[in-house]
Amino acid sequence: MSWYYIEGILIQSCYTMLIVLGLSILTGYTGMFSFGHAGFVCIGAYISVICTMALGINYWISLLISGLCAMVLGALLGRITLNLKGDYFCIATLGVGEAIRLIFNNLQLELNVGGKHFVLDGAKGVASVPLKTTFVGSLIVVIFFLIATTFLMNSKHGRNMLAVREDELAAQMSGINTFKSKMLAMCMSALYAGIAGGMLAHYFGYIQPRMFMMVKSTEYTIMVIFGGMGSITGSVLGTLLLCALPELLRAVGDWRLVFYGLAVVVIMIVRPKGLMGGKELSDLPFIAKLLGKNKAAKKLPTSDNGKEAQA
Amino acid sequence: MGYYLQQLVNGICLGGMYALMSVGYSLVYSIMNFSNFAHGGVIMIGAYIGYFALTALGCPFFLTFLLCGLGSGVLAILLERFVYTPLRKRSAPSLYFIISAMGASIFLENLVIAVIDGTPRNYPEIFKNTINIGGLNLGLDSLLMIIITAVSLFILMFIIHKTKIGLAIRACSYNEKVATLMGINGDLVIFVVFLMGGILAGFAGMLYGMRFIVKPTIGLVTNKSFVAAVFGGLGSLPGAIVGSLLLGIMEIFVASWNSAYRDLFVYALLILVLVVKPSGLMGKVTEDKA
Repeated sequence: MSWYYIEGILIQSCYTMLIVLGLSILTGYTGMFSFGHAGFVCIGAYISVICTMALGINYWISLLISGLCAMVLGALLGRITLNLKGDYFCIATLGVGEAIRLIFNNLQLELNVGGKHFVLDGAKGVASVPLKTTFVGSLIVVIFFLIATTFLMNSKHGRNMLAVREDELAAQMSGINTFKSKMLAMCMSALYAGIAGGMLAHYFGYIQPRMFMMVKSTEYTIMVIFGGMGSITGSVLGTLLLCALPELLRAVGDWRLVFYGLAVVVIMIVRPKGLMGGKELSDLPFIAKLLGKNKAAKKLPTSDNGKEAQA
Repeated sequence: MGYYLQQLVNGICLGGMYALMSVGYSLVYSIMNFSNFAHGGVIMIGAYIGYFALTALGCPFFLTFLLCGLGSGVLAILLERFVYTPLRKRSAPSLYFIISAMGASIFLENLVIAVIDGTPRNYPEIFKNTINIGGLNLGLDSLLMIIITAVSLFILMFIIHKTKIGLAIRACSYNEKVATLMGINGDLVIFVVFLMGGILAGFAGMLYGMRFIVKPTIGLVTNKSFVAAVFGGLGSLPGAIVGSLLLGIMEIFVASWNSAYRDLFVYALLILVLVVKPSGLMGKVTEDKA
């Protein structure tokens, strides 16, 4: 195995982790399932490519712009769909994700800015995107957002989101603006996905709408569930394992996705709490001892117990 | 005029096929309150059974048709038994059902790719004749499709509305817990619902294969039938049928205007329906109590 190959997998894990972290805010902490996250990634990828290739903007700034664009879209979307309950929100995000992909599938765009010729050709997408995403760069981005997410989740806003997930009505009664909390979660997760989309585009060197099918959205959701809802450590572990697994199983060829599907079903049946079961790394007994933390004070409610007791 | 009529017939054909698929989504939703995304996989397996029965075994058309229904029905029951029953016994939240369904659908799709292969296959041509009615060219297969769809949907409605098990299904869709307390066997109702949905899915898969092509990623089409179910109102059978027919006709007319926008139109409609009236055309309005 050459370093080039390993580096590729690591970069892929990095931006996937960014998407999953964002989705973890929306799904794991706020309890809203999204089957359209690939749509945000798609928007991010296209915007960043247009920024760097057509407008000649710096790679890092274009990442920021793509993230913000995805965030605005997320806010617009949140405005109209966040009042839908459970399943219907899921279906709405599914529709939006597919709609975004199909729009780019039919979009023809030719730009000539300052002598640069930029072509965006529907289903063929954009080719020869400059390869700007490096492992070190993406690692720094991911670590930054990892820390940011941890702070967000331990802030008042994060606790509000948890309250919404556990019982929306009760949260509302306690004076939490649940719509605002959900909107914040939606915007943050869209921001993460947009930035990750920009990194993805500049890693692969080409983008096509086909790369953002609904299956991708499902995969991201599965990673969150696999790691355990409401746990950042879980999301990180889930992403690393599920990104590496298909690569390790490459020898089995076509069968790897069969096992993947099977694994999802088995996890749902055997351990629905996921790997970490809503716990963080610092909640594990020996690490807590190492850090000398008061365990009881830090503990967050786990995702599954409350819901299952209710049902 | 003739052109529009022709398109209308095409639309009804497509809508009928969507109807066969979407009643499966709606039936499961009405009892178990979750969107069974594995239904697409069941339809796809049905289409493959039809393909191999026709080509490898050389079965006559109607036998193939029954085989498709039978195979998909059995598969749907197996899915229910091994994927959903453990969750049901634990009374897990409905989102866990959806994730499991997604996992099952990934499993089925890739199982077909691994065992057979991913290349699209054409059904052998069974009905070549076309009939000309008043300037309208009607393929024998289209005619057959409309008839088969109508008959199977009629039988389904008959079972739901006129038999004892149908009464039980209606009771469960109204309120499963109370119905079970009144002595209705909930497991049996769910078994029958999955069986009926599966059989219709097999028929739909066969019809789809006859008209279009068989491939593992048929899911893009079944998603549209799911949109039809939402459009008509999730959980309502007449809603699913009416929604499917309307969606099929509208899709064909959009496609005849500009075929690039047909899928986009379907998803835009989905979003519009969810924003304006999430309960769909005929769905019951369920107020969220908690």
